[in-house]
Amino acid sequence: MTERRRPRRSLTRKSAGALADWSVPRQLRGAPDKTKAAESAMSRGLRPRLEQADKVGTSICPYCAVGCAQLIYAKDGKPIHVEGDPRSPINQGTLCPKGAATFGLMLSPQRLDHCLHRAPGAGEWRRVTLDWAMDRIAHLAKRTRDEGYVARLPDGTRLNHTLSIGSLGGATLDNEENYLIKKLFSGGLGMVFLENQARV
Amino acid sequence: MDGGLAHPRVLEHTDRDPQKPIPQEAEVTAGCRVEPGRSYGFFTDTTLCIGCKACEVACKEWNNLPADNLGMTGQSYDNTGRLGAHTWRHVTFLEQDARATSMPPFQSNWLMMSDVCKHCDPAPCLEACPTGALFRTEFDTVVVQQDICNGCGYCVPACPFGVVELAKEDGKAHKCTLCYDRLKGGLEPACAKSCPTDSIQFGPVEELQRRAEARVTDLHEKGQPKAYLYGTPGAPGTGKGLHHLNAFFLLTERPELYNLPPAPARPARNARPSLLSGLATIAGLAVAAALVGVGRR
Amino acid sequence: MPSLGATYGRGAATLPQWDLANSDCVLVMGSNMAENHPIAFRFVLQAKQRGATVIHADPRFTRTSALADIHAPLRAGSDIAFLGGLIHHVLEHDLWFRDYALPYTNLSTIVDEEYQGPEELDGLFSGWSEESKRYSPQSWQYQGVMMPSSLAEAFIETEGFCEAVKRLHEGPTPKDPTLQHPRCVYQILKRHFARYTPEMVERATGCPREVFLKVAEALARNSGRERTGAICYAVGWTHHSTGVQMIRAAAILQALLGNVGRPGGGILALRGHTSIQGSTDIPTLYDMLPGYLPQPHALKPHQDLAQYLEAETNPTGWWHNFPKYAVSLLRAWYGGAGNKENGFGYDFLPRIVGDHSQLPMTVAMRDGIIKGLFVMGQNPVVGGSNSLLVQRGLAQLDWMVVRDFAETDTASFWRDGHLVRSGELRPEEIGTEVFLMPASLSGEKAGSFTNTHRLLQWHDKVVDGPGDSRSEHWFTYHLGRRLKSLYADSTREEDQAIRALTWDYPVDEEGEPDAEAVLQEINGYTWPERKLVQDFKELKEDGSTACGCWIYSGVFPEEGRNLARARKPDGPDGPGTHLGWGFAWPDNRRTLNNRASADPEGRPWSERKRLVWWDEDKGEWQSPDKVDFIPTKRPDYEPDWEKKPAGMDAISGHQPFIMIPDGVAGLFVPSGLKDGPLPAHFEPVESPVSNPLYRQDANPAAKRWEHADNPIHATGDPRFPHMLTTYRLTEQHSGGTPTRLVPTTAELMPEGFCEIPTELAASLGIRSTDWVVLSTARGEIETRALVTDRLQPFRLDGRLIFQLGLPWHYGWAGYATGDIANVLTAVVGDPNTAMHENKALTCALRPGRLPRGKGES
Repeated sequence: MTERRRPRRSLTRKSAGALADWSVPRQLRGAPDKTKAAESAMSRGLRPRLEQADKVGTSICPYCAVGCAQLIYAKDGKPIHVEGDPRSPINQGTLCPKGAATFGLMLSPQRLDHCLHRAPGAGEWRRVTLDWAMDRIAHLAKRTRDEGYVARLPDGTRLNHTLSIGSLGGATLDNEENYLIKKLFSGGLGMVFLENQARV
Repeated sequence: MDGGLAHPRVLEHTDRDPQKPIPQEAEVTAGCRVEPGRSYGFFTDTTLCIGCKACEVACKEWNNLPADNLGMTGQSYDNTGRLGAHTWRHVTFLEQDARATSMPPFQSNWLMMSDVCKHCDPAPCLEACPTGALFRTEFDTVVVQQDICNGCGYCVPACPFGVVELAKEDGKAHKCTLCYDRLKGGLEPACAKSCPTDSIQFGPVEELQRRAEARVTDLHEKGQPKAYLYGTPGAPGTGKGLHHLNAFFLLTERPELYNLPPAPARPARNARPSLLSGLATIAGLAVAAALVGVGRR
Repeated sequence: MPSLGATYGRGAATLPQWDLANSDCVLVMGSNMAENHPIAFRFVLQAKQRGATVIHADPRFTRTSALADIHAPLRAGSDIAFLGGLIHHVLEHDLWFRDYALPYTNLSTIVDEEYQGPEELDGLFSGWSEESKRYSPQSWQYQGVMMPSSLAEAFIETEGFCEAVKRLHEGPTPKDPTLQHPRCVYQILKRHFARYTPEMVERATGCPREVFLKVAEALARNSGRERTGAICYAVGWTHHSTGVQMIRAAAILQALLGNVGRPGGGILALRGHTSIQGSTDIPTLYDMLPGYLPQPHALKPHQDLAQYLEAETNPTGWWHNFPKYAVSLLRAWYGGAGNKENGFGYDFLPRIVGDHSQLPMTVAMRDGIIKGLFVMGQNPVVGGSNSLLVQRGLAQLDWMVVRDFAETDTASFWRDGHLVRSGELRPEEIGTEVFLMPASLSGEKAGSFTNTHRLLQWHDKVVDGPGDSRSEHWFTYHLGRRLKSLYADSTREEDQAIRALTWDYPVDEEGEPDAEAVLQEINGYTWPERKLVQDFKELKEDGSTACGCWIYSGVFPEEGRNLARARKPDGPDGPGTHLGWGFAWPDNRRTLNNRASADPEGRPWSERKRLVWWDEDKGEWQSPDKVDFIPTKRPDYEPDWEKKPAGMDAISGHQPFIMIPDGVAGLFVPSGLKDGPLPAHFEPVESPVSNPLYRQDANPAAKRWEHADNPIHATGDPRFPHMLTTYRLTEQHSGGTPTRLVPTTAELMPEGFCEIPTELAASLGIRSTDWVVLSTARGEIETRALVTDRLQPFRLDGRLIFQLGLPWHYGWAGYATGDIANVLTAVVGDPNTAMHENKALTCALRPGRLPRGKGES
C-alpha cells in the first residue's frame, strides 16, 4: 500500500554534502537557533513541487456535486499534484477529504491500465486489447439488440425498443458523455432500460 | 449578496488560467504573504471543525505520506489514532452528550480537533537534537532536515506533545514541516488551504494570536463562555519553559479531553546539553551519512 | 426532482450554494451536510458567523448536528409529520408571509368540489383505485380547469384532458383572495394539516415538542421582508417511499414563509455525484429526453409527433414553447433524416411501456429479460438495493461491460461475490461474459459537469489516463461508429434509427471526439447552417434549429465562447452572483424564480434582501442576477383574456413561477404527482410501528416489486424489531470505489461498521469493534459494532424503538472493505421517482459472526 507511483518527497531527496551541512560546528561557533546557520543543503534548495509543473489545467472535483474547482499540476504528462482552485466562488481553494484525495485517486495503485475479459464460466480475467474488446462488444450489442427488438405491439402501436440491454451509470460522467450515451442507446439502439445514480 | 467573493488578486488570473502557481497564493487563500524573517503558524479553531479530516488527507497527499492502516479503532470516528511519523495532522474525536438538542453556538457535544506539531518557541525537540537536523527555519517553524537526521531519536522523548516519531522505513525523525517547501513558494500549508470551514488558519503568529483573542471574545458574547486559547503566551499549553506555540488552538473543554497536556514541560533548559551529546555522536556520523543516501520510499 | 418541479416549476436547487452565506436561518434536514457536502457547509458556517440560526433535524447526531444551534432528533421516515407540524404551526399562528404567499402561490385558488383528502378518507386522497393501486388526479383539479403538470409528463390520463386544459386560455384560474372559500387551497391546507399538532409531532417523530417548537419559531422569526431562511436536503429525503412528498412539504413551507427566489432563501437540493444534476438534465434515465421532455410512451397519446406535441404542450406558461425544444432535439439527433413524414425523426424514438428504472431493471435481470448490461462509473453490487438480487441478476446476464478506473465489486461479482462465497454458485456456473475497461478520470478528459445548483463547469484534459484508459466520449463514440457500420447496409425498418443518427463529431489524433463539439450540439445551432444559437429563445419548431438540450442553450453562444469554462468570479465589491463563473441553466440564472424577490409592484421586499426590481424609466427588470422572467414585462401587466392568450402572454407581471401554467407556486398540486396533491405522513413500507396519523400505514401508492428474492417485512414484524437507516460518511464516497481504493481516504474509515445505540448494545453485550450480524428477510451481513449515544432510542406510544445506522459504502474491493449494506435492503420505492427506501427499514441484530459459507476458505 505504500507503493505509490508519484514523485518522491522533495524533503527526502538524496542530498550531497550532508556532512558539510552538519550544524553542530556552526552551533559551537555560537550561532543563535533563529538564524539560517543550521540550514542544510536540502533545505536551501527546497521549493514546492508545483513550480516544476510544465502544465496547469483547471478541473472540477470528481466526487460529490458541490462542484469544487481544482487545479491539476502536471509534469512530463503525469500529475504532480491536485489542489483547490483559489478562484472558485464555491470552494475558494479548499477541498474536503475526498477532493483532497483526487491526486491519490489519479495515482491509485489499484488503477487499471488495460482491458480485461472474463469468458463465460472462467475463473479468472484474461488480458485483451482495447480494439478486440470494442469489436466484441459491438458484435454482442448488435446481436442482443436484434434478438430482443420489438418494433410494434400486436395492435400496431409503435414500440421501437429492446428490453434486452440495460445501461447503468451517468452521474459520474460528463454532460457530453451522458448526451452521447442517451443519443446512441436510446435514440439509436432503442434501449429503454437506461438509468443512472439519480435514483440511487 | 456576498458569498464566495474572490480576493482582489484573484481577478488578475481570470482572463487566462494560471500556467504556474499563482505568485504568493497564500495571500489569496490565507490573506497573508509568506516572507522569510516573520513567524508563521497555525491557529486551529476547534469550534469551526467539522471533523472531516480534509487536513489529514491534504497533508498526506502533499507530503506523500503512506497510510498507517491502523484499522477500525472503535474510538468514535478516529481511525488514525495519533500524530506520528506518517500522520502529521490528526483529528481527535470526543463524543460528549450527543443526546442534547440545544447547544451553544459552534461545535458542541461532539468535540473534534485537528492536532498538529506545535512548532514550539522554544522547541524542546530542536534543543535535544544533537546533529542540528532539527532547526528553526526562516519562517520560525521547526523542521527536521532529512539530509542531516541520523535517527538518534533524542527529539522523541524531548517533545512534550508526543509529536515526533522515528519512521520504521528510514529510522529518521519525522513530523509536520508546516509545509516548509510550500512556504518557500509563497503557498499556504496544504492542511490549512484545504480546510473547508477555516477551522485551520495559517498566518503570521502575532496576527493569528490577535485574531484568536477576538474570536474568543466573540464566542463569549455569542453564548460559548468556555472558549479559551491554548498555546498563546501565558495561556494553558505554555509555561514551564515554553513561551508560546506557533501552532495554537481554541478549545472549549479541558486540554486533556483533546489529548493535549494541560502543562507541557520543556525537558531541556537550553541547547548546551544536546550539543555535548551531539559531539558524542560524532562517531556515529558514518552511519548517518550512509542513511542519508537511503531515503524513504 | 418532481417535488420542486411540481411546486415551483423546475426540479432543481433554487439558489446557488454561496448564497447560503446570506441566510438568516438554515434548516438542514434529510441531509448530513457537514459530512457529505463539507464545502457547501462552509457557507452555512459563514451565515452562522453572522448570526444565522442553524438547525439540524435528523435521526442521528452527526458532525452536522455538532455545528448546529438546535438538533431536532426524529426517527427515520417521520419527516412529513415534522414538516407538516411546521406548516400547521405557521398557518395556525398566522406566521406566513401574506404579502408574498397570497399573490405568488395558489393559496387562494379554488379546487374541484369532488376533492377529498386524508382527513375525510382516513389516509387516502380522492381518486384512489384499490384495484390498480393508483390515483386518478381528476378530482384534484381546480374548479372547472384542468391543470397540466410542469414536469416532464404534462399529459395525465383523464377523460378529455387535451380539451380541458385549453380553458387555461380563457381566464385566470378560479380564486378567492379573501381565502374564505372552503375549497380554496388555504382552507384545504388548514384542514389537511390540522392534526399535525406539536403533540402529534412528538408522538409520530419522537422529537420532544419543545424542541419542535423552537425550530418552528426560528423558521418563522427568520422570514418576512427583512429576513430569509433556506432549507438544505439530500438523499435523507429522497430515499423514502414518501420522498417526493417530504420535499413537497418543505417546498410548501418555504413558499408560505416567502423564502423562494430571494437572497439567502429557498431550497438547496444537495446531490451526491459530481454530475448527477447533469445526468438528470441530459438524462441517462429511461423516462425523459434531454431538457425534461417526456420519453414517448406507447400507452399514451404519443403515437406520432403531432399527438405527442398536443398532449405534452401546456397552453400557458413557459412550457408552451415545448414544440420548439422537442423538434430541435429531434433535429440534433437525426439531422437530415428527419422530415415531415417521420415527424423530424420522432418515429425513430423508442417508446417506454412502464417503469424501466433501476429497481425493476434489477428484477428484469434476475428474470432473464435483460441479457446485456453496460455499467459506466456505477457500482450496483454495492449501491443497488437488495444486493443479492442484483448479484443473481448479473449472474443471469449473457454479457456485461464495466467501465471504471479500477476493478469494482460489480466487475468481480463472479469471483468474489456473495453467491460464490456462500456456495450458491461456482464461477464455472456463472455464464456472464464480463468486460472490464479502464476509464479516464476528470483531469484525463475534457468535458462539463453540472453541479448541485445547476452550474455547468468545464474541466480540462491535463494528462492522459494510464494505458488503455479512455473517456466515455471515446467509448460511446467508437461503439456507435462500429454499430453504425454494422448496420450500414440494413434496410430493415428497425435499423433506420441507428443509421439516421447524426454521429459526425471531430476526433483528435488519439480518436477522442471533441467534447466541445458535443457541447455545441447541446447548445444548439441553426440547421443546416450550423450557426450557434445565443440561447433557447432562438429555437424554432419548424426544423430550422437543432438543440441537444434546450435548458443548456446559451452555454456556447458563439465559436470560441464555452461559458462552462468561464472563470471570472466576483471580487470583493460583489455583486456575488458570480455570473462570470461557469454557466447556470437556464440562461445563466443563479437564483430561480427571482422575480419573487420583488413585491407584486416590482419593488424589493427590503433593501437587505434586494435582488430583482422593476426600473420604470428603463422599462426593464434590473438585477445583478439574470432575471427569471420576461425582462420587459411590466409588473402591472395583465393578460388580455379576450384574446385567449397562450404561453407567457397568459402570465401576469406579478406571477413569478413562469414554468407553472398559472404562474404561481403550487402549494396544492393538481397533477404530476402519483401519491396525492398534498404531503401526508405515512410510515415507511417497513416500520416497527403503525401510522399514528391515519389508518393507512404506508404510502398506498408506494412501488413494491413482489419477487421471491425480495420479501418485504410487514409492519411491526417481531422478527425484525429495529429500525435501520443507511448513509454515507465524509471519508468515503458512494459505492466506495473512488475512496476505498485510495490509500489516504481508505485508512480514515477502514472497515464497514454499524452504529448501535448504547442501551441496545448493553442489553446484547456488544462493545465497539465487536462483530455483529444484521439480518432482514433479504439477507444477512456481518460487520463491526460502533456503540454510541449519537444514535438514540425513540419512545413511540410507550414502546422503545431502537434505530441502527449503517454506512453503505463497503464491499470487498480496495483497501477499506466490509460487507455490503444493501444485502439487507428491499426493492421498494417512491411512486413518483421509483427511488428506493434505504433510509428506513426494519432489521434484526445479534452479536457474533456469520457461519462461513462453503465457497469460502
